[in-house]
Order: sequence, then C-alpha cells, then structure tokens
Amino acid sequence: MLTPFIALIRKDLRLFLMDRRAVLMSVVVPIAIASFFGYVFGGGAGNGDSSRIPVMVTDLDGSAYSRGIVSELQADKALEVKTAAADAAAASVRNGKTTAALVIPKKFFEDMVTALLANGKRPEIGIVYDPSHAMEMRMVQGIVAGAAMESAGKHIFRGGNTTQPFNITAQEATAKPGDKYNGYGHSFGGMGIQFLLMIGVDVGIGLILRRQQGVWKRMRAAPLSRGVMLGSRATSSAITSMATWIVLFTFARVVFGVRIEGSFVGFVCVCAAFSLMTASFGLMVAALGKTAEATRGLAVLVTLLLVMLGGAWVPTFVFPRWLQAITVVIPTRWAMDGLDNVVWRGLGFGSVALPIALMMATTLACYAVAVMRFRWED
Amino acid sequence: MLEVAALRKSYGSLVAVDGVSFRASKGETIGLLGPNGAGKTTTVSMIAGLVRPDSGEVRIAGRPLRGDTDPTKRALGLVPQDLGLFEELSARENLHLFGALYNMTGARLQRAMDEALTLVGLRERAKDRVSDFSGGMKRRLNLAGSLLHDPQLLLLDEPTVGVDPQSRNAIFENLEMLRKRGKTLIYTTHYMEEAERLCDRLVIIDHGKIIADDDLQGLHRMIPVANLLTVELANGSAGALSVDAVKALEGVETAELRGSTLKVGLRDLALDSPRVLQWLVERGCRFEHLASERASLESVFLTLTGRSLRD
Repeated sequence: MLTPFIALIRKDLRLFLMDRRAVLMSVVVPIAIASFFGYVFGGGAGNGDSSRIPVMVTDLDGSAYSRGIVSELQADKALEVKTAAADAAAASVRNGKTTAALVIPKKFFEDMVTALLANGKRPEIGIVYDPSHAMEMRMVQGIVAGAAMESAGKHIFRGGNTTQPFNITAQEATAKPGDKYNGYGHSFGGMGIQFLLMIGVDVGIGLILRRQQGVWKRMRAAPLSRGVMLGSRATSSAITSMATWIVLFTFARVVFGVRIEGSFVGFVCVCAAFSLMTASFGLMVAALGKTAEATRGLAVLVTLLLVMLGGAWVPTFVFPRWLQAITVVIPTRWAMDGLDNVVWRGLGFGSVALPIALMMATTLACYAVAVMRFRWED
Repeated sequence: MLEVAALRKSYGSLVAVDGVSFRASKGETIGLLGPNGAGKTTTVSMIAGLVRPDSGEVRIAGRPLRGDTDPTKRALGLVPQDLGLFEELSARENLHLFGALYNMTGARLQRAMDEALTLVGLRERAKDRVSDFSGGMKRRLNLAGSLLHDPQLLLLDEPTVGVDPQSRNAIFENLEMLRKRGKTLIYTTHYMEEAERLCDRLVIIDHGKIIADDDLQGLHRMIPVANLLTVELANGSAGALSVDAVKALEGVETAELRGSTLKVGLRDLALDSPRVLQWLVERGCRFEHLASERASLESVFLTLTGRSLRD
C-alpha cells in the first residue's frame, strides 16, 4: 500500500507546485498581508511616531500653570499636540483628523487655587473626542492628569516635591528583558493560520470536484483502501501547509527579524499539528459538501469566523471579556496562542502541549467524520 | 471470465439497473448497448466496484468482488467515460501514477508504460502535457492508463465519445489488438456501428433491464424487417400517397413518408419489393432513386423498444 500512497502524495504535491495561483495564494499573499498587519500592530508603526495620538489644545487661561500643562503634553511621546482655537479644534475632531480637543478655560489657575485652598468649585478641562477612538481617549485623560500634576509641581508648589512621588518603569514582557516586541511574530502566525485554512478548504473543494471526474473512478477501480485515498490527500495537504509555515517564518526571520524565542520543538509541533488539522478539516469539508459551489461559500465563511475568533487578525485581548471566554474552544485560537507562546513570549514546550493535544484531537475528529460521511458513490 | 448475476441498483424511486445478468467468456467482446440513461454506466460501475449493488453479484474469474482492496480488482481495468487523466501532467507522469496504484514500480512499470504508449501510438508524445493533446489522443491515453497492470477484463465505458473518425478508428484498432491478445472486453456504447464492428455479442439494455442478449445474427432474427427499401419519389408523386395503404400491402412491416422519401420495411426484399414498386406505379408515382439496405441494429432496437437508440 506504500507505493500507491507515496505516488498519490507526489502527484498532489506536483499538481500544487504547478498551480501558480495556489502557490501565490498560500505563500505570497499571506506574506504581504502579514507584513502589513505586523507593521500596523507594533512591528513598525506601532512603535513609531506615526502612531502618536493627534490632540489639539486651546489654552484660554494663559497662565504659567496652564502653559506648563501644554508644555508637558507636547513633551509626551504618545501625543502629537497642536494648539488651536476652540472652534477649529472641535471641527478637526468632527472631521476625524484629531482624536481629542482640550479646552483649558479662562481663570483655570485661579479657580483651581480657590478650589484647593477655599474649598471652591473645581474648574474643568473640557475634552471633545472622537467616539471611534474611545480606547485612546482613556490614555489621553491619564496623560492630561499627569501633565497637570507635573505643571502644578513646577508652578504652584515651587521647590516642593509635589509632583508624582514615584516613577513608573514599563518593560515589555517579551522573551528576555530588553527585547522589543516584534508584531510580525503575531501577524505571520495569524496570516499563516488563515491561509492554511483556506488551503484546507481548497483541498476539500478539489476532492468534491474530483469525485465527479474520471480520475476518481480510475483510482476507485484500483485495489486501494479508502484510508489510502483520503490519507494520501490529507498527508500531501499537511506537507504543503508545513512547507508554507517554513517559507512564512523564514521570510519573517530574514526580513523582519522574527525569532523563535521559546521552544523550537514546540514551534515545529504547533505548526505540524495545525497543518494536520487543516488537512483533516479539508477532508471534512469534502465529506459534508454536496456541490463545490454550495460548499465553497459556507466553508469560506466558517474559515473567516475561525480566523477572526481565533485572534489571527487582532490579538484576542482586544475582544470583550465574554468573547475572550468563548473563543477558548476555537481551534484556531489554540494554534494562535501556541504560536505566540513560543514565537515571541519565549515560553517552553509545556506552554504549547495542551494546544497541540487539542489540535491533534480535532484532527482525529475531523478525519473520522470525513471517513464516515464521505460519499464514495457519486 | 465475468459473471453478472441479477444486479439491481436504485437511487430513491429511480431504478437505474433492474436485475441485469450476463456472462462474458475469456477473449469475448460484449457490447452493452442502450440509449443514454439506460443503465449501462451504472452496470459497469457495479462491475468495477465503484457502486455497490442493492442486490446481485459480480464474479470475476470465478471470484466475487468484495470490498475496495479486493485483489480480484487487479484482473480488471476501467476506461472511464469521463477522461481519467490529469491534464497538467505529462502522458508518462499520468501512466506512472496509474501503474503505482497497482503497486507497480521500477523496470516493470517502465516496460508496461512503454508497451501501453506504443499500443496507442503515443510513445513519441510521452513527455508532453496531456492538456496539449487532441481529444482523440486523450482518449487513447485514457485507454493506455487502464492497460498497465495487464488486466484480463477491460471495462470500456463509451471510450470514443467526442472523438474524430480518425481517432475512433485508431481506438478500434487498439481494441482489436487487445481482442487478439485474448482480453475480455465489455464495451458500452450507443453507436450501432461500433457495436456491429467490435462485438461478438450484444446485450441491449433499456430502462435498466436487459431486453436482448445475443450475437448480431440472433438479434436480426428477432425482427420481422429484414430489409429497408428507400424510394425517392419525383416531385408531386408523394402528395396523394397514403402511408397506411402502403403498410397494408402484403410483406410490408413498416412504412414512413418524410417529404418525398418513402421508407418501407420488408420481410423479403426479393419477393416484396416488386409488389410495392408495382403498386406505386399503378398510383401514378414516379421514382427518382431507389435503394435497399439490410436492417440495422437501430431497427432491432426500434423494434424491441419502440424508440431510437439516440433518443
């Protein structure tokens, strides 16, 4: 049985390599998209000036204290601060060019002193903000509060040490102290997951189409077991997926400096387990699908949901808490978490043992469904 | 070599094959003849083990066919109606794969590929991609792919569909060569001339049932019309002619008038044709052309089923 098994795998791999569209879809396109996502989510843009939050400030007070606040804000690396008239600043927020517009009112300093010493009414710094940037708004509020404290130390309690009486040092929790987070590590893993699932769907659709062709009849007329016929297809698909992982992460290593900071064996095992899972997923698609046309749309929808909920596009921590809780059962999340653990978190094999086991269990479940439900007599 | 016993297969309420039984001896060529949808392909699929019959049995060389990996399958080769080829691969790559499906490797496989390519006349094109082949060449390679493991029984499901007359002739020559080598051929077709040329015996199927199983002479004996007389009538002669009146003449079995062409089915050409022609002359008909031919398988099928093979 080994001769036909190997021959069928060789045939599949040869056909894949001859299909330029398939190669393009499984290698070049994920590299392009992963490069873009990596750049946007911390690979380059996330850590650079281009991601500073645009803020406009209107200082109607004009006191040394309020000018100090503006200076502190302008000195903050997270903000890009410009001064403007109140109306122009508000219009800029409405146009989507500015995230927040701050107005320091007239007599702000005087009113604040009164509030502090004579228990008067507290003055307010008004902020108009773009509701689509709610998360950034919280950050701006914190920075404004800090700037007000700093300016108070310099201009109200001169010489006194009333500024924030401690420093905060932030360190990225990457593999080693001092290592910078490389967003490409996540994006290449995520796009690999997405496009390999697409390959799995293509394998399934291909089987549905082939089932109606003469080559399928010819193969079925030969003394071959169903396990050899489906198993060879799954194996060739898994080999293709594994090769794709190698190309993707080699590219990420050479071009973007992505390193496997944790267990290399764990990384290989996560990639292998996911490759096998996508292959058996493809077989299951072929087993459950009736026609190629009807199956393709549904399979692509399921794939995109799996990819999205698995955190392949954006990390799962940005999801609402309830969604984070639900997505722990999504196979793509096991793969994504596993890759994150060994690629940039620098964790050991133990951190990926459970994801690997879950993916292998899913592989077996999908394969069992495929063998049981595959329609051999079309 | 092949025994098919009471095969039955239905899909829902549609009975595709209904109690089909026949035998084929070693070296015999059997034609499975019937219109599209008659049940020929389903019958062949059950013989090849592609479709499990609801009931009945297939025996090849005395052994029943059981399961996907039954070694008995090595005795049969299937030439599928849809081309069973990978168009992106070369002819040799296709054959290499098909041989490997039967566990063939190395020099044995190389030899088998060379022989098969030589038989179908494609040895010079072995390294070319199948997608560059003409329809006829693809059909010939389709045949070659089924010969590598040297099967004793060859199932040919409409192997000449869509090919030009020259390629069809080449395929016939290939099949005649295989007959000479003692292979048993089961040949499905709805082309009468193919069946008449190739087959020792004909099994006529309609609506999933066998309606005749005999050699060519036996089938001809089943129909009353031995000859067909075709009369091209001169302008105006056909106008007043009554087909029913022609049919009523002694020795006339069928009569059909299309335009100015009258076709009359006769029991005996020598006895009955003068009578018909005399009758026509007496009614003022003039002839432009006369022809006669022996009744064909088409007539046999028409007589047995009441419809044409290509309906």
